[in-house]
Amino acid sequence: MKPEEIQKIAETEHDLRMAYKYRINVCCSSGCLPFGAQKLLKAFEDAVKELGLEKVCKVARTGCVGTCSVAPVVLIDPGNHLYQNVKPEDVKKIVQEHIINGRVLEECVYKNEAYFSKQYRLILRNAGKIDPLRIEDYIAVGGYSALAKALTHMTPEQVIYEISLSGLRGRGGAGFPTGQKWNFVAKSTAKPKYVVANLDEGDPGVFANRTLAEADPHAIVEGMVIAAYAVGAEKGFIYIRSEYPLAIQTLKKAIEQAKSYGLLGNNILGSTLNFDIELRLGAGAFVAGEETAILSSIEGLRATPRPRPPYPAVSGLWGKPTLVNNVETLANVPLIILNGGAWFSKIGTPKCTGTKCFSLTGKVKNPGLIEVPMGITLKEIVYEIGGGVPEGRKFKAVLVGGPSGGCLPENMLSLPIDYESLTQAGAIMGSGGIVVIDDESCIVDTARFFIDFCMDESCGKCVPCRAGIPKVKEILDKIMTGEGKVEDLNVLEDLSYLIRDASLCGLGQTAPNPVLTTLKYFKQEYLTHIVERKCPAGKCVLKKVEVIKE
Amino acid sequence: MSERIVKLIIDGKEVFAKPTDTILKAATDNGIYIPTLCYLEGLTPHGGCRLCVVEVKGNPKLMTSCTTPVSNNMEITTNSPKLVKYRKQIIELLLSERIHTCSVCVANGNCELQELASKFGVDHTSVSRNWERFELDMSHERFVLDHNRCILCTRCIRVCDEIEGVHTLDIKKRGKDSMIIVDLDEPWAASYSCTECGKCSAVCPVGAIYIKGKHLSETKKKELPEFIVRRRSR
Repeated sequence: MKPEEIQKIAETEHDLRMAYKYRINVCCSSGCLPFGAQKLLKAFEDAVKELGLEKVCKVARTGCVGTCSVAPVVLIDPGNHLYQNVKPEDVKKIVQEHIINGRVLEECVYKNEAYFSKQYRLILRNAGKIDPLRIEDYIAVGGYSALAKALTHMTPEQVIYEISLSGLRGRGGAGFPTGQKWNFVAKSTAKPKYVVANLDEGDPGVFANRTLAEADPHAIVEGMVIAAYAVGAEKGFIYIRSEYPLAIQTLKKAIEQAKSYGLLGNNILGSTLNFDIELRLGAGAFVAGEETAILSSIEGLRATPRPRPPYPAVSGLWGKPTLVNNVETLANVPLIILNGGAWFSKIGTPKCTGTKCFSLTGKVKNPGLIEVPMGITLKEIVYEIGGGVPEGRKFKAVLVGGPSGGCLPENMLSLPIDYESLTQAGAIMGSGGIVVIDDESCIVDTARFFIDFCMDESCGKCVPCRAGIPKVKEILDKIMTGEGKVEDLNVLEDLSYLIRDASLCGLGQTAPNPVLTTLKYFKQEYLTHIVERKCPAGKCVLKKVEVIKE
Repeated sequence: MSERIVKLIIDGKEVFAKPTDTILKAATDNGIYIPTLCYLEGLTPHGGCRLCVVEVKGNPKLMTSCTTPVSNNMEITTNSPKLVKYRKQIIELLLSERIHTCSVCVANGNCELQELASKFGVDHTSVSRNWERFELDMSHERFVLDHNRCILCTRCIRVCDEIEGVHTLDIKKRGKDSMIIVDLDEPWAASYSCTECGKCSAVCPVGAIYIKGKHLSETKKKELPEFIVRRRSR
């Protein structure tokens, strides 16, 4: 295929789209499927056929819109009318009223201006609008034109220059400048080189990467091919956890389609670039999402991290230079190439450009997947987008950054979301999990929950993480059962510092964050457990002290 | 070819090293002591025990000296109070992780963990000790594998794989449940791949793998095992 052909497909697809007056997008991603999205899709197709509207109205299977709290949802274009909690029996009524009579059923439409108005949907721009199983849908909205632009009008150096200019930083959590990383790999002389897309999203309650893969898989593929062109790689791997069956299916199909269109394989778009992508499934280890452990896992070894240096950019897969990027980072790439790095660098804050996807869960009115510009405050996310904690409950803390994130109290809510501010506060950007905790939850119990998770997921290679985290958990258990002593808090803190500073990889280094931040911001609650032997939230069952009477 | 030698400062002392050297090698060559446990010269560095971590100026993270190569003008601190404290804590964690009772151990007096503990003055642990018992593998006619004394340094796995070339030993499970296994978690006597060379028992820093009926003072020499020295000189 030639670059011009992409343009041609885009035009024909666009015309096809325009031929329909209405487009009914039925969300069929992992959030809506358990609520009968598949049946709903069939019901809409049947209703449209029955009412003879096949020529006016197109029913499409799409990815997630992000409002998982009101699933299943249906988005009707034009007008972006989002119907919530749609049941198969409502389908006929919706089609009858909306399509035939042209009247929007206001009572069924999701009304929450703040949820969408505070968001900035860049990576998720196509989520819920295109059919992820059709490459033509992606091309119709401008897909693969960035690749064509890069291959025909730009040198690899220019591509890296634009990425550097954009200020894009790794979305996997650590925030390493992407352009710099690409440059390292491009400068390595060894061959062959590899590109690895990290889709091993293991944090509990985090589903941003899954949604991206299910809604817009070609954005990942396109980002990877551009990356391969920039660094000179020949082979790519998408490492995805096997707990994401739908995302695996979608990506598999996307890779197949890209191959059949000549967008993967030899001489991509008539250029000299040869690049192929292989899907690798994880075997259920959280640590496999770590930059070096993912390499071991792809090589077929135990997913244990390796000491750095050497960095993967110098010695990665099978000792060859390897570019490891999160899929969210890669999905940003086509946009930057199309619109220029200068355009991207204006979004967000000067040091932290672009947007970030967050999985907002816990005790909020509107949980779901959101994409916000960097620099937005936690308050805006929790109260305006999330709608605050449900009636009758009080906000207590917000955990930012997944299981190894930090618990931040109410007075920290004005904190802007960027890598530096979060790290300074003791939290991390991590994989983008935000869990809101209300006064029903015990802070010690929360810390223990996440420590327990990290203990289970520790690979066991280094001593501080393998032997230290179980001890932290033991002390927390003691405090929760009323056997804790005030001195234990010092041991807890000392151990946490050791694990944070001396562990081998990111898992160990961030694992004590929930403990350290709760000790910093909620020390009183620990002391209430130990001294007053009470749990303020009423969660912990503290053993009674037997008073020996004389 | 002026770049053949790099200059670096370790604990305020100016030293010279080859660019391919690790921090550990540069320090040891110049008489500066850095404690190690999982490291064994001649085997691929593992970077797991974290005892050899050092501070490198300009780097917020602690680096393992056994894996980090030297670079020109590097400034390294090997024994700040923070590092000493962390090393003590690591030794405490190792001692409390499994059952380490020196008085009844075959390695008593020949144990690297014991040596480190006495060197760092670790005579008690601030964390509770674990007394969970693991079954010994005594099936083999010559060797014993005692998980209760294992510190998971993986020296045995590496020597079996890299020097003997059979990879009989490996690790199963993860985290605190990690355990050394023979072949596919079989009794040692049932192993087809084991060549009974005994290298694993020679490199074990503690008393986890030993020869039946012998105290470690009878079998293990204090110096680097000969087969590793031979490999290194090649």
